[in-house]
Amino acid sequence: MPGLEDLYREIILDHHRTPRNRGELPPPAAHAVGHNPLCGDEIDVYLQVENDIVKDVKVGGQGCSISQSSASMMSQAIKGKKLPEVRALVRRFKGMMSIPDEDGNPIEPDPSVKLGDLEALQGVVKYPVRIKCATLSWNTLLEALAQS
Amino acid sequence: MSTLDAATIKKQFPLLLREINGLPLVYLDSANSSQKPQSVIDSMTTFMEQSYAPINRSAYHLAAAATDAFEGAREKVQRFINARRAHEVVFTKNATEALNLVAYSWGRANLSSGDVVLLTHMEHHANIVPWQMLAQDKGIVLRWVPLTADGQLDLTTLPELLAGAKVFGFTAMSNVMGTITPVQQLCAAAHKAGAIAVVDACQYVPHNVTDVQAWGADFIAFSSHKMCGPSGIGVLWGREELLQAMPPFLGGGNMILDVRLDGFTCAELPAKFEAGTPPITEAVGLGAAIDFLTDLGMANVRQHEIEVASYAMRTLRERFGDDITLHGPTNVEVRGATFSLAFRGIHPHDLSQVLDQRNVCVRAGHHCAKPLMRELGVNATARASFYLYNDTADVDTLADALDSASDIFGS
Repeated sequence: MPGLEDLYREIILDHHRTPRNRGELPPPAAHAVGHNPLCGDEIDVYLQVENDIVKDVKVGGQGCSISQSSASMMSQAIKGKKLPEVRALVRRFKGMMSIPDEDGNPIEPDPSVKLGDLEALQGVVKYPVRIKCATLSWNTLLEALAQS
Repeated sequence: MSTLDAATIKKQFPLLLREINGLPLVYLDSANSSQKPQSVIDSMTTFMEQSYAPINRSAYHLAAAATDAFEGAREKVQRFINARRAHEVVFTKNATEALNLVAYSWGRANLSSGDVVLLTHMEHHANIVPWQMLAQDKGIVLRWVPLTADGQLDLTTLPELLAGAKVFGFTAMSNVMGTITPVQQLCAAAHKAGAIAVVDACQYVPHNVTDVQAWGADFIAFSSHKMCGPSGIGVLWGREELLQAMPPFLGGGNMILDVRLDGFTCAELPAKFEAGTPPITEAVGLGAAIDFLTDLGMANVRQHEIEVASYAMRTLRERFGDDITLHGPTNVEVRGATFSLAFRGIHPHDLSQVLDQRNVCVRAGHHCAKPLMRELGVNATARASFYLYNDTADVDTLADALDSASDIFGS
């Protein structure tokens, strides 16, 4: 179908069909639940942090291809990373989604932060309604980080 | 041959004649909000160009004529739903506000801790949350009528559920599954148990002949924007005795007879419940929408939608078999032309995105009925809702567009 290639890139569909790091982690791992009030989607992020490093991460819940693939790619990208790196990645990703910083200013891309596969989600910006889908897991991650 | 000629009707809706990317628009989101015919658009434009003035408070000719236009709309609503008196028709912002008005005003005056309000599992949030707010404040107890497997109300335990209840609030037609409930029977059961019947008629009134007296209802609520009228105005109809006995809802101008430093006296019905400047132009638009619907004949609208709904169920099942789930009743006698569907495991958001490529407009989400979503075991559905301007060709386009979703998601 013409027009949707930018949105539904093959790598996105792949993560949607075969989501990585699905599951749960038992306490004391942090657990946050994110809701998309628009569509009713829910996402669970389980985060095990040791010595300021993401030792393990699991994702649960249900959602559309964009929210699920975003969560899957996010889990791959942060596993084993130091917390400052994770925070920088969240910031970089939100910047790509055209989401401003806390002061309402555009987030300038930090070239030292590599997005890798996540760049496939760039096309989402053209579909503003779907930005919430793409960022759902990232906001949930921030909540889980706050608990860690 | 259909009762209504949807192609001719469609020509009266300027927006439906739009093309996007060279393709016609297939608008299947009327359960969300309907499109507007030229007559409604013209009535509002003409009113604002030639007749607009404040109502109920100025002596000059223009204001008196505007008041007549506003009150004329109320009389049109009265006739449309066969209410006994025009002043039983209260204009609100929308159906949501109308239901809040009942819960807040009637509820606070008549319910106390431990009193039971019976609702159903297929209610819109607008007929749930106001009662939950009242439960938090007043300690009332909520009970729920469950559903049958095919998305109708399971009435086998209704007498037990109604025992001791003061309110039975229920939808006349589900906004998710299109289920039409036996309103008359439910009102009678409520009264037998000593409860009042509060009917959310938001999905019903635009598609069916409505007769509040035949129903025996106590309150009904509906919105203009789902019945070819403008947004910004809705209706609460209530039985005169109940409205008379209720305290006002919002306070301010228009709803008072007198204000002193030590208190106020309420205005008569319906002004008592219409604080502040109401949606005047919108009332005129709603009146024009009622004229439009009355000209078509609501029985014809219903018959047309039965035909489209039958065709949709047949076509979608023939083409997709078990790959498609249509929630709700299969019997068109107890359903409207609103379909929540699940298709080949494709998430509703993705489905609606792909359908949009063909200008097929459906809603994806929880449809403001999250308790029902949980009952159905889903987070969301894609909902295609048909109206008087849709026809069987729209069903075919929907089916073709569904096929193309499979191409992307490979399922």
